[in-house]
Amino acid sequence: MLKNTGNSYGLIAIVLHWLMAITVFSLFGLGLYMVELTYYDAWYKGSLDLHKNIGMTLLVALMLRILWRAVNITPKNADKSATKVEVKIAHYAHLALYVLMATLMISGYLISTADGRAIDVFGLLSIPALPISFVNQEDIAGNIHEILAWTIILLSAGHALAAFKHHFVNKNTTLLRMIKVIPDN
Amino acid sequence: MKKTLISTALATSLLACSVLATLSISTAQAADYKVDVEGAHAFVQFKIKHLGYSWLLGRFNSFDGGFSYDDKAPNKAKINIEIDTSSLDSNHAERDKHLKGKDFLNVSSFPKATFFSNSIKFSDNENAIVTGEFTLKGVTKTISFPVVKIGEGQDPWGGYRSGFSGTTSLKLADYDISYNLGPASTHVEMALHIEGVRI
Repeated sequence: MLKNTGNSYGLIAIVLHWLMAITVFSLFGLGLYMVELTYYDAWYKGSLDLHKNIGMTLLVALMLRILWRAVNITPKNADKSATKVEVKIAHYAHLALYVLMATLMISGYLISTADGRAIDVFGLLSIPALPISFVNQEDIAGNIHEILAWTIILLSAGHALAAFKHHFVNKNTTLLRMIKVIPDN
Repeated sequence: MKKTLISTALATSLLACSVLATLSISTAQAADYKVDVEGAHAFVQFKIKHLGYSWLLGRFNSFDGGFSYDDKAPNKAKINIEIDTSSLDSNHAERDKHLKGKDFLNVSSFPKATFFSNSIKFSDNENAIVTGEFTLKGVTKTISFPVVKIGEGQDPWGGYRSGFSGTTSLKLADYDISYNLGPASTHVEMALHIEGVRI
């Protein structure tokens, strides 16, 4: 139930997937919104703090997710008719999403820690800055952060469209098994 | 052999004489200074009110420039300064990123701010009014502001230095910066503290 099987994702993988999906889209919206706030908006300061808190939490979740993936078996391909090329594309798109998400969150971390300040996470944890920094770090990391955010949103939209295609066109369980645990029998 | 030695010695002393002559001429006439950015004896600082409750200070870490000054003809003085706007430092990276971004200085499109003087008028030995062209965010305006000569003289390492300070108040809206920081923060105070090494 909790762990993956040869045919199905387990509950932990499913919950991690959807929590992160919702969080990534929420943070994207929050990010777009907060940079438009003006100095006298009540949420000018709070929105950024929340964005940083959730972003750093997401980085921890991503590490757990990659760890969970590594120690678990990966279910077999649900689409039996998929060509080798399709399987490869899907595989690399998933890999890209992991790498891009990690880079996105690290770039966010590099913006806020460019001056040596730590990032406080919900008052529970203080993530220190790296002992080294580079010139105009906050600007360069900021540009990367923005580009990666859009890239991930576009890539995950493609990821969602592919899942819908599997469900509605190919009529296989690719989407379903990311929604519920399918018992082995 | 002996002849060669003598002629070498002669040539060397001639060379030494001419070097000394050049040096003494240059010290007698030169009034040109290079701003001592290498030794960081020069500062471009700004301050702006935060909400009307306190002063926020920052500086530009990277700039270069030079000036001419001769205390025998002070009104012939000149100055030029070029500031690398991306070197803004208010000791807070998130704020620096915002200030360097499109809401404020837009440093990717306007990487330089420059000032060069058109006239410098001394009213006494120390005080002068500098008038010149200041360019910030692509907007050039003629500004005038007071400067004070702090001092000049030999340094302990064989050079000759002189230094000045000047401050002026800039209206942000004049330079295409319209982001609302509140009614108390429409102007920024710029301060230039420079020491030049005579060249």
